[in-house]
Amino acid sequence: MSRSVAVTGMGIFSAIGKNLEENHRSLIHGKHGLSYPEILETVHQNLPIGEIKSTNSDLADALNLDKNHAFTRAALLGTIALKEALQNAKIEDFINIGFVNGNSVGGMDMTERFYREYESNPANRRFIQAQHPGFTTEQIAGYFGIDNYVTTISTACSSAANAVMLGARLIQSGRLDQVIVGGTDCLSRFTLNGFNSLMIYSEDFPKPFDSERKGLNLGEAAAYLVLESADFAKNKEVLGYVSGYGNANDAFHQTASSENGEGAYLAMQKALETANLNPHHIDYINAHGTATQNNDLSESRALIRIFKEMPAFSSTKSFTGHTLAAAGAIEAVFSLLAIKHQQIYPNLNFNSAISDTRLRPVTELKSTKIQHVLSNSFGFGGNCTSLIFSKDE
Amino acid sequence: MTDLHTELKASIIEQLNLEDMEVSDIENDEPLFGDGLGLDSIDALELIVLLEKDYGIKLTDPKKGREIFESINKMADFIEANRTK
Amino acid sequence: MAVIWRWFLKKKDKMANLSIDHWVRIKDGKIIADGEVIFASEADIASFLKAAFKFLNIKYPKFHKMDRLSKLGFIASETVMKEEAEISEDTALVFSNNSSSLASDQNYQESIKNFPSPSLFVYTLPNIVLGEISIRFGLKSENVFFIEDEFNAKLLIDYSAQLIESAKANKVLCAWLNLHNVEYDVFLWLSSESHKKEITEEQIRKIYDADYD
Repeated sequence: MSRSVAVTGMGIFSAIGKNLEENHRSLIHGKHGLSYPEILETVHQNLPIGEIKSTNSDLADALNLDKNHAFTRAALLGTIALKEALQNAKIEDFINIGFVNGNSVGGMDMTERFYREYESNPANRRFIQAQHPGFTTEQIAGYFGIDNYVTTISTACSSAANAVMLGARLIQSGRLDQVIVGGTDCLSRFTLNGFNSLMIYSEDFPKPFDSERKGLNLGEAAAYLVLESADFAKNKEVLGYVSGYGNANDAFHQTASSENGEGAYLAMQKALETANLNPHHIDYINAHGTATQNNDLSESRALIRIFKEMPAFSSTKSFTGHTLAAAGAIEAVFSLLAIKHQQIYPNLNFNSAISDTRLRPVTELKSTKIQHVLSNSFGFGGNCTSLIFSKDE
Repeated sequence: MTDLHTELKASIIEQLNLEDMEVSDIENDEPLFGDGLGLDSIDALELIVLLEKDYGIKLTDPKKGREIFESINKMADFIEANRTK
Repeated sequence: MAVIWRWFLKKKDKMANLSIDHWVRIKDGKIIADGEVIFASEADIASFLKAAFKFLNIKYPKFHKMDRLSKLGFIASETVMKEEAEISEDTALVFSNNSSSLASDQNYQESIKNFPSPSLFVYTLPNIVLGEISIRFGLKSENVFFIEDEFNAKLLIDYSAQLIESAKANKVLCAWLNLHNVEYDVFLWLSSESHKKEITEEQIRKIYDADYD
């Protein structure tokens, strides 16, 4: 019988709040964090983004960093979120703890600002090495002195969800007793232009699962969960369990999802299997719901294939935007908040259902009994991951 | 066949990495997508970039692209009618 | 669709013994398969990739649209998978590198100056190569990409063992797939459960470190 995986702490920093409480308050009041670029320097002033209204200086000050630090924005956000998670879980000793971090943008925010001047001007060269995602992870781990087991997963929008999955496995197999899992990603011109060039970026606020949806809006965030084995979680408050997980490849296209959502379907099926649950046990689905024409239709089809009776579902990307590698983590936090407070957060900006599927998400805050939550994160490269979180009974 | 037709074929071969293909291999009325040249959705987006970069035509609805990019002939006709470069 | 209740049938958790079915090493203009140099070329990377693809002698025009990282991964997996009589869709992919998708990131970044290129943007993630390989062989199993300082055999072996132990996959394609500027370093192998001889971390390291002339 494999060991259970308890969540004993969480931390989050997103466009709807700089900690758990602020995020929760925004969710229950329907207060989204989409706005127009102020900190990100871009020509695309008309594209809504889920921007955290703190400059890098603000963030560095909050962490008491040295003036010559080489923390890129994702590292700053990640460190702050991790601080909250560790405090939450009352972890002080890091000797045996593992850290699995999801990240895709790495230090691209600094690279795109400074790389043209690196050759002529030495001032910002300390950011050269900060470009790659592994460095971001090491910065965050280094701040706390975590060096037992540290790794980075970079699988696009499913990175953090895959980090949760790996953490759960490390505990279940007895390889580790404590693991911090999650992810961080920040806004950049690189990704804003990229998604815009794929013509899937919306000029309006995101409308997940709506028939008139026009595409996604990017966001930035960081979130972490502290996972512990039953023994280690014994005298702590358990926020929930990672009871199921599944990952599968859609094997269809580099960036688009297959018509019948095969990868999504397989991932959800595996998650239910590992959790020993039937579809009707799921009380709420936190969907991937990016609001692109392709994902929402494909995901809807996969949901219909699995669930004869559709549980309540919503996409919280309507609050935060799509935070890429961090998405799986902030949505894991929202799923656990749903379990803690026995409530379902609304899918904002929804008016009419997709005619093909006629699925309607929850559009207003709902108080209801929740025992099991399914959370989806599907990334480019066909990487599909589903997680199941369950209440501590 | 005009210069534009040839120009388009050469651009497409280069822009879309159609290795081992020559201008003479592409027929003017051959379907570019699906069975013909086998281009996919990302290729369609690259063609939209090509329209703006080389001919100054800005296409905002990707779905319209499918009609325009049906064949070299269709593309050339559309460009002649709308080019600003 | 009924959910299969495997829990009752699941074996007790134990460390699976893995064997290497086939492996390939690509570096310094050479492709070495299961110890034998099967292809060599002194050409620059662009020409090397083109020539190596031609050597494979398969029809797959989409190859030419891929970025260099994906082309390397594609050639490596093709070399190993063609030795398999039957390819299972339950073959998992566990890849890793140090440079992520840096080369493609740079190319795409250049394009932003004038017209951001969607086809270049597509490859600005290291795991896209997993998608390409999955599409090629119809693999629907687990796939993950780790960013590590250097080749970490233990990580890949442990992860594969866990996948096979928990019956999440019956075969695993592992790889260190690194491309730094024009320097490529590829080591890919196909693992499955072994009831005889088990491969060790030291043996895997030995294959990686060896020189093949």
